[in-house]
Amino acid sequence: MADKMDVEDDASSPEVMTAFYQRLYPFKSIFTWLNHQHAPSRLFTHREFAFTLPGDTYIRYNSFNTAEELKRQVLRLNPSRFEIGAVYNARPRDKKTLRAGALAPTLRELVFDIDMTDYDAIRTCCTGKGICKRCWGFIAAAVKVMDPALREHFGWNHLLWVYSGRRGIHCWVSDEEAMRLTDEQRRAVMGWLEVIKGGRDTAKKVNIRVSSRKDIHPSLQAAVDTLRLLFPELILYDQDCFAEEEQWKTLLELISDGDTATKLRHKWEKDPQRSSAEKWDDVRREATNMKKDGKAQFDKLSASMEDIILQYMYPRLDAEVSKHRNHLLKAPFCVHPSTGRVCVPVDPAKVGDFDPEGVPTVGMLLREINVARTDGGAAEVKQETPADVVEQSDWEQTSLKLYVDMLDRHVQGIMAETRRIKREAGDSSMDF
Amino acid sequence: MQGPTSFAQVKKHHFLKFPHRLNFYDKPPQDDITLEDFETFAIERLRVLAEIESAIVRNKTFEELKATVKTQSDKHLPLNSNTARSIDKDAERRRDYLSHFVLRLAMCRSEELRRRFVKAEMTLFRIRYETDDSAEREDFLNTRDFGWIAVDATEKAELEKQLQASSSSVTDIKKETFYKVRWTRVPDLVEKRKVFLKQGWAYVPGREQSSIVFQEFQTMLEGALERTAKALPRLDEDTRIMPILSHLGEGFLSGVGVASEYASADGLGGDDVKADMIDEMARKHWPLCMRHLHDSLRKDRHLKHYGRLQYGLFLKVVGLSVEEAIIFWRKAFGGTMTDDKFNKEYKYNIRHSYGLEGKRMNYPAPTCQKIITQNQPGVTECHGCPYRHFSTDRLQTALLSAYSGQGLTTGDLPEIISAVKSEHFHVACTKVFEVTHGIPRGQGLDGESVTHPNQYAAKSRELEKAAHGKDEKME
Ligand SMILES: [Zn+2]
Repeated sequence: MADKMDVEDDASSPEVMTAFYQRLYPFKSIFTWLNHQHAPSRLFTHREFAFTLPGDTYIRYNSFNTAEELKRQVLRLNPSRFEIGAVYNARPRDKKTLRAGALAPTLRELVFDIDMTDYDAIRTCCTGKGICKRCWGFIAAAVKVMDPALREHFGWNHLLWVYSGRRGIHCWVSDEEAMRLTDEQRRAVMGWLEVIKGGRDTAKKVNIRVSSRKDIHPSLQAAVDTLRLLFPELILYDQDCFAEEEQWKTLLELISDGDTATKLRHKWEKDPQRSSAEKWDDVRREATNMKKDGKAQFDKLSASMEDIILQYMYPRLDAEVSKHRNHLLKAPFCVHPSTGRVCVPVDPAKVGDFDPEGVPTVGMLLREINVARTDGGAAEVKQETPADVVEQSDWEQTSLKLYVDMLDRHVQGIMAETRRIKREAGDSSMDF
Repeated sequence: MQGPTSFAQVKKHHFLKFPHRLNFYDKPPQDDITLEDFETFAIERLRVLAEIESAIVRNKTFEELKATVKTQSDKHLPLNSNTARSIDKDAERRRDYLSHFVLRLAMCRSEELRRRFVKAEMTLFRIRYETDDSAEREDFLNTRDFGWIAVDATEKAELEKQLQASSSSVTDIKKETFYKVRWTRVPDLVEKRKVFLKQGWAYVPGREQSSIVFQEFQTMLEGALERTAKALPRLDEDTRIMPILSHLGEGFLSGVGVASEYASADGLGGDDVKADMIDEMARKHWPLCMRHLHDSLRKDRHLKHYGRLQYGLFLKVVGLSVEEAIIFWRKAFGGTMTDDKFNKEYKYNIRHSYGLEGKRMNYPAPTCQKIITQNQPGVTECHGCPYRHFSTDRLQTALLSAYSGQGLTTGDLPEIISAVKSEHFHVACTKVFEVTHGIPRGQGLDGESVTHPNQYAAKSRELEKAAHGKDEKME
């Protein structure tokens, strides 16, 4: 990779973006992913696209008959990014000719958005817009909870996880049942999944227990069991979340047993060098000691410890994104304007190894095709190629291939299900 | 539904055309219905639904809501169980059934109407369901397939731990029957994590079965309304029905149901109302729309056409005789106008509105619904409903200046404004009535919301009289 910033690294340059859309963006794969089959269906033709143009002009309610049409328009407008919305009951581009309020969303992938900024109160390595390999650990933990929950609780199989280009991750669920969910049902999914509640001023953000019971809901128990294993590495060692006084005081606030909290506070005040891991051991030791005294006390402290694990690691979801069918979400493989990184799919099984700083950037990819084309020649970004050839697959020569192949494999799964549903229902029903 | 119990049920009720009090309204009516019944039934149901809606907006508890529905149903839409004697249950149920279908026609026509109608109907169904005789309810449920699958013993034993932990309302898991349904049919239970979920199947404890029923009702009704909306344009040709449907829809949207029209004096010793009493009465008893008209008339010594119409008819119903009305308006216009001009241009109109000229119609005073939805006021006009037509700032100022003498403070404003913002103007007006008359929150005008300015004024005067009566007795 080049050390200094080259022309092609500038994602705000129109030439760079045109070259990217023309030669690298996998329109064909995105089309089949949205359309669930090869021949254009309503899933694509009635689908909303929104374009963000340089200078923050935002154009909603675009729709296209084919992938070629989409590509032509993208090249014409050259947006800094574009977003994908719902499938409507009519073509979104006909909105103006329709009766007011007649255009209504019908189908839409169920989407989730997890953003690092929601972890600012916890992570210690970066703040705000920053993200590094270390704080990706929170995203990885979130995926390890969400992915099995969506598959096992809801029975969905077609989940696409996509790096959002800067500091978070998106998930798109394309199962037929998920596509059909009403807003009310989407709200229900969020109610089922959401655990972290309350803003900055709420110390205890996890309230999941019915007072008379020690058992928590089995879905949450599964999350606790997953996160418990990741807790020492991420929270205690890497992020060192209880090192500073302010931090460990927050921890103590979350311990429901007042006597224990007081005892620990005295101990930690006396020993400011005590590490996060040692502090957590102290809490655990208190719990073990309680076991001898009485079960009720022990249960209470164990419950606090589980709640703490959840509060520090349970996925923090941006609920509004998921609740409404007509919400727009950035398309996979767009380029993040400030980082130049491509929003590539992430394999949930290897999410822990994913390095947000290592994903292909637009500049890197453009250099790769020029190397491929000119056999090691100098970078020459602007190459004239016919604009309306959707099958142009220069990405095959680049490190983007790995990610497009991932999407294609995912799409194969969706198409297989579509064929199965079609077979079962007789051919007629499949425009949904 | 074989077996001795259901056989007995069938035998007992075989003579009923509608064997159940509850109804899923899934079979459209085939019988003929007179136009009069068509409208009357619908208006009665609409009254009940409007009160339900307003109770929900006012955050009444479910128990309070139940009480409201009981009162309103007894009044407008009684529906007795099979055990009730000497009541024509079929007639009641037919009325319930037909009125639902008429309102579907009226309420399918916009997203907003559909949403609000479904919510109100759902609540009505839920309350009836929960107050239904349990045997009759069981019998009703057996007539439908809800797609629930009873969880067999083997699976239950396998999942016992999970079922116990996910069903916080169940104390003894062994005694509870569980049903499996697709989770999408019980989103409310999923949202609150009240069930166990596996591969998209929700394991619903028997006691939460009603959730499945309610969801089924809602889904069915939403679907039916959308289909009706598509089919409705064909009805457009029926010129008798469309105006009725529009009227019903507007009535529901303005949140006031369809108020009874006040055409003549409200019978509160109205004959004694004299022109020179109006100032004091306005201060004490008028709702904001009339206060605004009155104050504008005093300030400008004039009101434009629709303002005179709205205020004039209101005063007529309050009990101002035509002679007193002529005095009132003549004085109000004062020196801005010659006697000649007044007699020529205004006196006739006043007499006309009292039914003494022209078509000799006894014109009713407009209801809140009319005031809210018809003849939107222009910038120099004063008629209309201030809750609907004023900006928030102007409304707050107007409220404080009109009612701070009667105990309204800035602390009351947020709740009023929030009702206005959700377009429940009548709720805002009712709230003002409560505050200015020392009525406990949520009780309104004998449990009802404001639907007519004359109802507001009449109730206010009645309360004053009752208070006087008490004072006299105490002395
Ligand atoms: Zn970091």
